Amino acid sequence: MKTIRAPLELEDIRSLQVGDEVLVEGTIYAARDQAHQRMAEAIRAGRELPFDLRGQIIYYVGPCPAPPGRVIGSAGPTTSGRMDAYAPLLIARGLRVMIGKGSRNQEVKKAMRENGAVYLLTVGGAGAYLAERITAAEVIAYPELGPEALYRLEVRDFPCIVAIDAEGHDIYERPKE
Amino acid sequence: MRQIKVDLIEERVAQAVIDANTVLPKDVHGALQTARERETHPAARRFLQIMLENADIACRDRMALCQDCGMVVAHVKLGQEVQLIGGSLETAINRGISTGYQRGYLRKSVVRDPLARINTGDNTPAIVHISLVAGDVLQITLMPKGAGSENMGQLAMLKPSAGVEGVKEFILQVVRAAAGNPCPPVIVGVGIGGNMEKAALLAKHALLREVGRPNESPDLAELETEMLTRINASGIGVMGIGGNNTALAVNIETYPTHIACLPVAVNLGCHSTRRIKLEF
Ligand code: SF4
Repeated sequence: MKTIRAPLELEDIRSLQVGDEVLVEGTIYAARDQAHQRMAEAIRAGRELPFDLRGQIIYYVGPCPAPPGRVIGSAGPTTSGRMDAYAPLLIARGLRVMIGKGSRNQEVKKAMRENGAVYLLTVGGAGAYLAERITAAEVIAYPELGPEALYRLEVRDFPCIVAIDAEGHDIYERPKE
Repeated sequence: MRQIKVDLIEERVAQAVIDANTVLPKDVHGALQTARERETHPAARRFLQIMLENADIACRDRMALCQDCGMVVAHVKLGQEVQLIGGSLETAINRGISTGYQRGYLRKSVVRDPLARINTGDNTPAIVHISLVAGDVLQITLMPKGAGSENMGQLAMLKPSAGVEGVKEFILQVVRAAAGNPCPPVIVGVGIGGNMEKAALLAKHALLREVGRPNESPDLAELETEMLTRINASGIGVMGIGGNNTALAVNIETYPTHIACLPVAVNLGCHSTRRIKLEF
């Protein structure tokens, strides 16, 4: 199984094919609806983003509160489609990998093809399992959004499958046996 | 008249929402194991394995099974010979939820107003359905229902001429449209008959029935089996990636209806269908 780690170059992205199982390790950023809205606003207003998107990985998640002694609470993926409105803007800024669950729209796929990005699916509803693979979590922006804040996470052996590759092949559109 | 203090209800609900969110019901766990055994797609099998390990970790560490700890649906069966004392039943249930979601480090996902969308901060209110029954029982079944699966439900007011074939087609259509979004393998709750809201409620009730227990009517049991087979042949698969496990069960409930009506509702429960029953 392949392991990927940010920052990712174009050739790293192009080597990933739909259906490939991958393990993510290293730094990823956690953001969902409201954090995306804020980042999109910042981009449109020409303001600086809380982190440099180039080569990075964003995970669509809104975790549970961290119990004592834990870095994070349950932290499985949320439905990615809700981020479709913002994703092309971020991809154009260099975002390389998105992790979530569910399908993406045509605009997102087009931006992925044009800029070289992949969309990974991880196991929905496996929040406790995935939280065990998150070794550090830190809020880096929008703390007022609570579970929707922007987090920097450290992960290891974080299991995913390539759902849409940089050529636009889509696991949800493959002929099913 | 049997008396039950609402304080007791509040206390037990507080613990029950934590249990419901951290311990996968046995029947669902068993069905996931069976699915893993019969899965032919290697990645889907690994995903099923992760779902099972997730249930073990959640139970062991008292962590939420899923970060979407849902909005709580409470189905209450209240005996006519029970007198509740010390306050209102709904308030007691909501207070219990508020305490439990805080204490259990569960995510609060309820907004006060569907348009203004400000989080209530304690996962209340619940959606409470009360049915008044004979005797002196009090049963409360709590179901924390996540949005990923809830958003994929649909209702159709079919023409009676559409018949059973129309019903089958509609069920398949809903499951296909939902694809990977409701975190398959799903439990498909189907309500047929009644009127608009009755069908929706039947579909939700259908999710309370244990996986593996067929409808008592042989005809409906047969329809359940047929639909389960067809849904599992759809190729949607675990999390939508393909394979032969899209659903763990199809549970159908029916009710008499009007001569001019054939309502059908489909409510999907994800692989993390959580429910717990309290008896007082
Ligand atoms: S559909 Fe169920 S398992 Fe999936 S994220 Fe929502 S609550 Fe969790």
